[in-house]
Amino acid sequence: MSVSLLIPTALRGFAGGSAEIELEGATAGEVLAALAKRHPEIKEHLYEEDGNLRSFINVYVGDTNIKSLNGQDTAVKDGDSVILVPSIAGGGSWL
Amino acid sequence: MALISDERLCDLSHDEIARYSRHLLLPEIGLEGQKRLKAAKVLIIGTGGLGAPLALYLAAAGIGEIGVADFDFVEASNLQRQIIHSTKDIGRPKTASAKDKVRGLNPGVKVTEYNVALTSANAMDIIKGYDVVADGTDNYQTRYLVNDACVMLKKPNVYGSVFQFEGQASVFYAEKGPCYRCLYPSPPPPGLVPSCAEGGVMGVLPGIVGIIQAGEVIKLIIGNDGKDSLIGRLLIFDQWRMKFRELKLDKDPKCPVCGEHPTISGLIDYELFCGLKPEKKELAYGTLTPFELKARLDSGEKIQIIDIREPHERAIAKFPEAKPMPIGQIARRCDELDPELDTVFICKIGTRSIFAINALFETGYSGKVYNLQDGINGWARDIDNSLPRY
Ligand SMILES: [Zn+2]
Repeated sequence: MSVSLLIPTALRGFAGGSAEIELEGATAGEVLAALAKRHPEIKEHLYEEDGNLRSFINVYVGDTNIKSLNGQDTAVKDGDSVILVPSIAGGGSWL
Repeated sequence: MALISDERLCDLSHDEIARYSRHLLLPEIGLEGQKRLKAAKVLIIGTGGLGAPLALYLAAAGIGEIGVADFDFVEASNLQRQIIHSTKDIGRPKTASAKDKVRGLNPGVKVTEYNVALTSANAMDIIKGYDVVADGTDNYQTRYLVNDACVMLKKPNVYGSVFQFEGQASVFYAEKGPCYRCLYPSPPPPGLVPSCAEGGVMGVLPGIVGIIQAGEVIKLIIGNDGKDSLIGRLLIFDQWRMKFRELKLDKDPKCPVCGEHPTISGLIDYELFCGLKPEKKELAYGTLTPFELKARLDSGEKIQIIDIREPHERAIAKFPEAKPMPIGQIARRCDELDPELDTVFICKIGTRSIFAINALFETGYSGKVYNLQDGINGWARDIDNSLPRY
């Protein structure tokens, strides 16, 4: 399956500056693994040491969080968008 | 049930009817909605990039009472986006400057200043008197504090956040939907994600996101029971690619504050929770002040200086004799360093460089490494006044 992975600004520096990358994979987890293989520097931003996704990054397939689906085993199909949604804290006075 | 009960409503004066005419003409707001806005009390936390448009638009809309909480003072670098403050306000408390601007726009609004940092000790007391909270803070510890206090006090928390070209907005209201912790159970460790002070932000962006928040505040108050609000939805906005996306947010039954079996029933130590109080452990690297680095360079010692900033930042201020190695390339290029020599890492303010040092150590690097305290801004302040600080 070929899906487009959308990369937020905060992580683009670890993905060669790309905002959107076409990747192959049958599940959300495989798509993320393909990203980490292509851009090893992004790995520690995505995964805990035990291989689980970090709790401050949400992964969406379309408009649904994979936490509400099958986690990293969530199936993806051709043309799906996989979106990384990290927590960001900016906006206040001390910006 | 309406957020503002009918008993609290009182009549509008002729002046108010004239001022709010364009609201009164909308059947969704009308006279009753405007009376609810007049009776409403809204607390805005932070009077920065998000708080500025929030306070101005909520004042213009005729919110009866606005609380503004901020402990900070106006600086020149705020004015690129914090449009509630003016050049003449530099050095003043932000709450005072915000109050002046709100009163000038709409003298009918009562403004309460909280010129303090919001903490676990004062948050419940400050928040409990308000109907709606708008979160315009810029740091994780305050965001989790505001979230938890709002869940415990059953208040809606109108959320907005920005970074570089990207914004998020939602309404966290545990009575009717998910809270912030349902989405993000814990924050990133300090240093992993650069702050806006380091990563930058397009000035217009918090304006857009803050105005989205203001609109949600108004809709919650005029009492469509949160139906068409951002409760249960996360709006994400990429200003550069000009794309809005809407994502579904689910309540997490295991959420520690709003789930089925909450484990947090009172406010906690949010600095500890956000990893800002690390246990005292032996640091693997040393720290040099700008004066110490200058003295070592002057003594003729051979030191490797690594500038981990991005090329566009080096264009603002170049560090003499530094080798550029952007933070994302450290792991790949660690062979370019000589472990026999002492190495000093520099960034803008001395925080991202710590993350770069940790990335270097993860490759198994064994040389001696130092962090330049306060980064190139510190160097410009203490050693080389010809460099700009940014
Ligand atoms: Zn929750």
